[in-house]
Amino acid sequence: METKAIMIVGVGGQGTLLASRIIGAVLLEGGYDVKVSEVHGMSQRGGSVVTYVKYGDKVYSPVIEKGEADLILSFEELEAARWLPYLKKGGRMVLNTQRINPMPVITGAAEYPEEIVEKLKKTGADITAVDALKIAEEAGSAKAVNVALLGVLSANTEFGEEVWERAIEKCVPEKALEINKKAFRLAREIQK
Amino acid sequence: MSKLMLGNRAVARGLYEAGVRVVSSYPGTPSTEITEYASAYDKNEMYCEWAPNEKVACETAIGASIAGVRSFCAMKHVGLNVAADPLYTASYTGVNGGLVVAVADDQGMHSSQNEQDSRNHAIGAKLPMIEPSDSAECKEYTKLAYELSEKFDTPVLLRLSTRVSHSQSRVDEEERVNLPPKPYEKNIRKYVMMPAFAKPKHTEVEKRTLALMEYAENCPLNKREMHDTKIGVITAGIAYQYAKEALGDKASYLKLGMVNPLPERLIKDFAQKVEKLYIIEELDPVIENHVRKLGVSCIGKEVFTLTGEYSQSYLKEKILGEKTESLDFGENIPVRPPVMCAGCPHRGIFYTLKKLGCIVSGDIGCYTLGASAPLQAMDTTVCMGASVSGLHGMNKAAPEYENKRVAVIGDSTFIHSGITGLINIAYNRSNSTVIVLDNSITGMTGHQNNPANGKDIYGDPASAVNLEELCKAVGINRVRVIDPYCMAEAEAAIKEELNREEPSVIISRRPCALLKSVKHKPALKVDTDKCVGCKMCLKIGCPAISAIDGKCVIDHTQCVGCGICEEMCKPGAITSADRC
Repeated sequence: METKAIMIVGVGGQGTLLASRIIGAVLLEGGYDVKVSEVHGMSQRGGSVVTYVKYGDKVYSPVIEKGEADLILSFEELEAARWLPYLKKGGRMVLNTQRINPMPVITGAAEYPEEIVEKLKKTGADITAVDALKIAEEAGSAKAVNVALLGVLSANTEFGEEVWERAIEKCVPEKALEINKKAFRLAREIQK
Repeated sequence: MSKLMLGNRAVARGLYEAGVRVVSSYPGTPSTEITEYASAYDKNEMYCEWAPNEKVACETAIGASIAGVRSFCAMKHVGLNVAADPLYTASYTGVNGGLVVAVADDQGMHSSQNEQDSRNHAIGAKLPMIEPSDSAECKEYTKLAYELSEKFDTPVLLRLSTRVSHSQSRVDEEERVNLPPKPYEKNIRKYVMMPAFAKPKHTEVEKRTLALMEYAENCPLNKREMHDTKIGVITAGIAYQYAKEALGDKASYLKLGMVNPLPERLIKDFAQKVEKLYIIEELDPVIENHVRKLGVSCIGKEVFTLTGEYSQSYLKEKILGEKTESLDFGENIPVRPPVMCAGCPHRGIFYTLKKLGCIVSGDIGCYTLGASAPLQAMDTTVCMGASVSGLHGMNKAAPEYENKRVAVIGDSTFIHSGITGLINIAYNRSNSTVIVLDNSITGMTGHQNNPANGKDIYGDPASAVNLEELCKAVGINRVRVIDPYCMAEAEAAIKEELNREEPSVIISRRPCALLKSVKHKPALKVDTDKCVGCKMCLKIGCPAISAIDGKCVIDHTQCVGCGICEEMCKPGAITSADRC
């Protein structure tokens, strides 16, 4: 099988790393060769963050370049726009409609673009937009936004609910597990 | 069963399986997780610690090796500069128990102040260096490094990079070998490096390099993969993975797992079998220079850049002339640089330093972000500890501005190498003001305990350096502690100390807001009737506050209720939710 590429993009602190680890665990159980590339250190501090998950028969490079991603999971609108050029032609983007202002917008040096979702759709990309923060808060914690997004994503994959939940159990700390599972199920149901 | 592991975790697994008994490191991205994962094993089998700096860590590992056990330390590329002094001489003494030093380079400078290529240190120190390209190799090469170390009587360098250290791929776990410690035998010709003994040792080191070169000609680390021979590629580490993805079977490969010393016959032989030879290596042309020295013609840095990271698409474009099409959003997208977290105790201090118009001699840590907009309150950042010694230099050069200059340094960085600079300030007397930003943790690398916070790597109680007493003991008479959340107090203290005619230290003490032990207050709220839109609260650069339609709003998912913005808000529009 040709190598498939998934990008998880968002703002440092949103839990993109955990999401990529859960996806990695699901794919490993699916019998694929998997590489997950993470970013640690300075860039994590509220900056634009990106992690890569690649899978197939044999994966070489752990990174994804422009025009190579089959799927982008975006935790934030501006980040979706920023990383759009990485999407392959005909690729899909699942996006959380949350807006987090970057520092140049906060200080007034730049403007947050309007109507990002509509503009993304006009590029011809396959866009699924959801308010995952609302789902996460409904489940009990805004912090579960990452797992809520996975719930949305999971509805269109070859892997069943059990496989995803096993991966969530492996990666999410015990005390946050119930809320995360709830967020996952709520989001998956909405998507079906 | 296969597990997905970070390269760093796979190195830790390799240490465990190799029977390593002592691990000592100082945190540094991208190397930190090796020692963190190593500390998850039973400490009676493999003892781990955070040392105050890389030099101490390396010397600890050297000591453990001399005492007869397999030992290890890990560091980032710039950490190797700090550890270079003991390492260059350990090259002469050799080892008793195997000694491996991992050094993680940061191509692309994701979290570093420079992009140095550590292979140059291997050449300088005349040490063998091996370089894995994925997690499975991280484990395998780590174990092999111990065999090489003991066979050739040498420390071995394990070179990593951000993409290898921080990528997860499949690893199969194996059992640990339990090696009994080797007996220690007194041998001053081996371990006392004074000139009479060091001279013959240098000759031995040169012989060892020749033996290692012979090993490199035919070893499991250097592999040939022959496919189409129109293009030949000599490569190593992560660059191998990029090349394989870009060129697949359209090229043949010589993958060098051992990057110092390099083989000669193997390279000449491979070069003869291919039509066009590319040398694909990030950063410096180390392999390329070696290949050219052998009289072999090749294509290298005249095509590929000396800076930053490579990738499959970069190589495709450079070698095959292929470009990947991509979508375009069609609009300028504001950048999102990293910022100090909401509730960061450093924020108020930097706002005050900017307000007072200070020249700020900065250092390495989260607080380096004080250089970014809107705070922009930092003038220099060079290396660990340079804030304190650099400030002394500035004040010696132009004492007329000493009441405008401060140094800022974190608690862990201060212990690492700030204290020696402070001794210099006291000893050689400059009227310098040093602010120690004590957030009780090594923050930027992801929360490691350190000698000043009273906990060891396992989270167990440890002796804590008393920073106030330490500063006094080196000769600083004026030492005071402030709470950075009280901005008025902080401003008064900074003003007062700047105007003193003697050196002083201000310890700004408040734990990192991300620590689990820190209890957050409820998120603050803006009373829109009272908000006059003056935007004073935006001047502190908190990611939780922004202005919408001229009024300020606070994002409740980010705000931790630190209250700095409340102090900034003259009309009193910002209040805590429970008071609303």
